[in-house]
This record gives sequence, structure tokens and C-alpha cells, in this order.
Amino acid sequence: MTLLSVRNLTKTYPAAQGRRVQALSEVSLEIRAGEVLGVVGESGCGKSTLGRAILRLSDADAGEVVFDGQDLIRLSRAAMNPVRRNLQVVFQDPFGALNPRHRVGHILAEPLIVQGQGDRVARMARVAEVLRLVGLPETAAGRYPHEFSGGQRQRIAIARALVLNPRLIVADEAVSALDVSVQSQILNLIAGLRRQLGLSILFISHDLSVIRHVSDRIAVMYLGRIVESGPTESVIAGPRHPYTQALLSAVPRPGERREGRIRLQGEVPDPSAPPPGCAFHTRCAQALPACRVTRPALTRQPDGAEVACHLHP
Amino acid sequence: MIDRHAETVLDVQDLRVEVGGRAIVDQVALSLNAGEMLGLVGESGCGKSVTALAIMRLLAEPPMRIAQGTIRLDGRDLVPLGEPALQKLRGHDMAMIFQEPMTSLNPVFSVGDQIAEAVRLHSPVTRKAARSRAADLLARVGIPAPTAALDRYPHQMSGGQRQRVMIAMALAASPRLLVADEPTTALDVTVQAQILDLIDDLRRESGMAVLLITHDLGVVSQYCDRVAVMYGGRVVETAPAADLFARPRHRYTEALLRTIPAANPPGTDLPAIPGSVPPPGQRPVGCAFHPRCAAATGRCRSDLPPLAQVSPFHLAACWNPA
Repeated sequence: MTLLSVRNLTKTYPAAQGRRVQALSEVSLEIRAGEVLGVVGESGCGKSTLGRAILRLSDADAGEVVFDGQDLIRLSRAAMNPVRRNLQVVFQDPFGALNPRHRVGHILAEPLIVQGQGDRVARMARVAEVLRLVGLPETAAGRYPHEFSGGQRQRIAIARALVLNPRLIVADEAVSALDVSVQSQILNLIAGLRRQLGLSILFISHDLSVIRHVSDRIAVMYLGRIVESGPTESVIAGPRHPYTQALLSAVPRPGERREGRIRLQGEVPDPSAPPPGCAFHTRCAQALPACRVTRPALTRQPDGAEVACHLHP
Repeated sequence: MIDRHAETVLDVQDLRVEVGGRAIVDQVALSLNAGEMLGLVGESGCGKSVTALAIMRLLAEPPMRIAQGTIRLDGRDLVPLGEPALQKLRGHDMAMIFQEPMTSLNPVFSVGDQIAEAVRLHSPVTRKAARSRAADLLARVGIPAPTAALDRYPHQMSGGQRQRVMIAMALAASPRLLVADEPTTALDVTVQAQILDLIDDLRRESGMAVLLITHDLGVVSQYCDRVAVMYGGRVVETAPAADLFARPRHRYTEALLRTIPAANPPGTDLPAIPGSVPPPGQRPVGCAFHPRCAAATGRCRSDLPPLAQVSPFHLAACWNPA
């Protein structure tokens, strides 16, 4: 069952000299109930804008975000409020996301108060329950955010996202600020919660090895567009888009040397003046004449993956 | 080249850095030959950046203080030196690049002026000659159209290009030692590979020794000849990179390599390390890793394990090596 369906989502921001940054261009994707979709890309590719537009934290210019049969883009702010209990978010920086003046118990109860759920006793019981879910003692409710380590603070942020029992969580670089040894604890926690609660997750990250580990399917973004998507194993084992190939090749893995890896020249172009044709052609070693002129459409491949590349018509 | 490789450029012995009488880095020993790249790796709070700053004598003194040890650069101990002598060495014999090039560059001067200043600081040349040398340096670090790039300002460049400019400034006086503290952590992965390739090529060409400080085990594996792993303010394991990744001996290194997602099949539970890195003020007695170690015994809780040889060129500070 499709829980979230994004169709042709487009978003621009104003830039210098009257230009517009094309942050999202006709992005379409689907998340099924209980599925983890990983969105990966480098800075400026639009992955965070995508998460924010789905959550209505910023408004898209065009397109649809259909969640549970309703197009969220067309809902008024007031009509959006009851939907928010099903759509929650976890950000990268757990300290910036938690109010330092409030006790953890209050931070976790606040979404319940806003949504008018339960009386005080019921709310306290729910707070204790989500603390247990994320592996923290119930006594954590009486303490302040600064009393916890970075990993524990991210557990608190996850608990807050869970307290309303949502159906979809957007995790935007949720483990990127954590040390390696703590990152794996949080990844295990997220995987366990997903199994236990049947959560759907939009997992946004720049880190392909993390994305590969948590996701059922992967979407690779470059300059505001999805350039490849498909089941995790097909994207990782048989990447088709030259950008996906280069991204996979650039991830340094322990036990390997630098020799024999694909090297991209240059950097991501200015998103307010994207190259014509395929936006990746300026860095692509396999570019054809057509790539400079015509933008390749996202095309379904025999195994169900989708690729926007003239090499894979 | 062969002769220069045999030379020891940096030799750190028994380094102890204190804040308010408490050690935040202790008994650190490192050595680096010409042309060699040593990876200093560890998680936040392990003391790797403090060690790097101590080597450059850039610690905030006070409150920090080098309480013990020697830091020899080409045989000369830097610890007793005063600021005038250190300023001559910095840039000329040793240079440092940081994670965030934007905060290290001056926003109101063109990059050409900033590199030329670094050139003139260490050699008595005319402005014109310094500018021409700056263009050569920009070409060497792979900036396209280097002469035109001299007149650009830091904000007109991308993050990767700014880091190239920092490297060009660091190279201005052909230093013997480059200390690179997380030089690519703020960059995208495809740009990270370009910058690390550049540093790798430069040290092979020039015989410059590189101390690469990073939290990324993959980066260390791909570029470094040797690795030193830090935990709790101490070096807990050091070995040639290939040995360390093939057969880690300290229980911390072993657990760290096992827990990374790339080492595990997708969707499986990662073999996590419980707890978190203790802050400097709360390091436990005995081996600092023992509260998180699955192999810890009574001895680990009471006695600090010394860094001891476990095989040729491979040292580990562990009572029960893997």
C-alpha cells in the first residue's frame, strides 16, 4: 500500500541577480507502508528541501504530496495540523532541536498537548512508554537535554518524533553528527523501531554506506532531480547512472586503497544556473553529444529501477 | 627520494597536555618520516586535534599547557621554543590546514594577495615574484586558470576550491611537515576524494610528511602508510595501515571496524559498541575503554595497559588483544 506519493514536486528559491535556485525539479517518488526510502546526494542536491516540502515546513511551487489519500500541498495550515501527528521529523543536530530550558518530560509531552491528546496522567504514561522504546530510563523525563550525551539526545529527538505514534518519519541526516560508535547504536534503534512499529521512513543522508544499510529502496539526487532510483541491492550492486557509479566509488571504505576508483572532475555546478541537457554532463566521463542538449527522462528499466541517463534509454 | 624517506621529520615522545592540572592528552608518541602519511584517527574527544595543535604549538596556552614530553621537528625540540622562533618555523618548516577553509581565509583580501603574503613571509622576493609564485602554487593545487584566480575572493570560490587555496598557502614555503586536521570533513564525498588525491600526490612528489587527523577509517585506509588510533587521550594502537585494517589488535579498534555499516550486510543489526566516548574529565581508571569493552577483565578496570609490541611494527595498549 502506498502511504506517500510525491508527484512532480518543484521548488525554487530566489538567488542573487534576480535568478532562481531550482532546488527541486519535478521530483516524484513513492513510499509504501512500512518501507524505508533512502534519499542520497551531495550538498545542494535538494534532498533536505524535499523533506521540508513533504512536511510542509516550506511550501512547494508546484506538484503534489499525497499522504493517505490527501494532497497536503492544497491543505490549509489549519487542515494540516491533524495530519502532522502522522508525519514527524528527526533532524541532524539533536542539541539544536531540543529546548535547553525544558525538562525531557515536557519536551516529549508537548506534541501531545498541542494535539490535545490525553490528560496529564495519560501523557506521562505515554512519555514513559516512548522513553523505554528508545532505550532510555523513565527517570530521563526529569532531566534537561544538556545532561545527556549526543547519542542520548538523538534518542530523545526520536522519542519526540514517536510520541504521537506517526506513520511516517522524515529523518534528515539523523545520524550524521554522531561518532561512529554511537551512530551504529542509533541505526540499530531506528531499524528496531521500524520493525516493531511498522513505521515508514524517508531517510535523507549524504552518506551512501548509511543509506545502503537502512533503506529498502534508494533515490539518488543531483541538482534538484532524482537521477536514479530502485531497490537498494540493484542500485548498490549495479549502479547505472554515471553519477551513482562515481558516488559509490568515492566512498572510502576501510581495507581499500585509492587506486582504481572513479574520479569526478570539478564540483556540483551552481544550482541557480544548471547546465543545459543532463545537469551532470559537465562532470561525466561518458557524456554523449545528446547529453549537452537534451535532458534525459527518468526511464523504467527491466528490473524496476529508474534511471535518467541517455546511456540507459 | 629514497634517502629523504629514511629521514625522521617529526618525532613526538611522551607528550602530555594538561588543562587545569588534568591531562587531556597523555603519553602520546608519534613519528613520521619524510614523504610518509600518518593517519591519526579517533572519535570526538579522543585528543587527536589537541595533539595536532600541540605539535604546531598552537594550543590555547593558557588554559592548556604542554606539561611533559618532546616534539622534535628535524631533530629540534619545539617545546622549549618561544613564540618568535615558532613563528619562523610555522609556514616555513611546518604548516597546517583545517576543516573549514572559509574561517581560515581572510574574506577581504584576494586569494592571490593571501598566498603572496605567505610567500613573502618566508622568502625575500618582490611583490611581482611573489604573485607569480602564487599563480604557480594555484596551478599546482589544480585551480583552473590560476592567474585569473589570483584576483578572486574566498566567497567567490566553492568549498573544494577554498581548501585547495589553503593547501597552496601551506605549500608556499615547501614545508617539511603538513598537519591536516579533518581537511575534507566539510566537503562532499566526490570533492573529498579530489582533495585527498591532491595531498597524496604532493607528498609523493615533494617528500613532505603528512599528519592526517580524521575520524574516517575509510580515508585512513585509502591514503595513509601508517595509522595511530587514539582513545581517551592516548594512542591505543599503531600499525602499518594494511596490518591495522587486516588485523586490528586493540579491542576498541576491532569493535570500531566491526560496527561501521559498510562492514555489515544491509538491514542487519550492527554490532554496536555500548555507551559513548567518555569526556576528558570522566575517563575511567585502568584502560579508558574498559566500560564499553566486551573482553574487559579485572585487570582492565585497575591497570592502565602500556602500548606494547604485538607483532613487528604493530603496537597495542590492550591487556587482552584480539
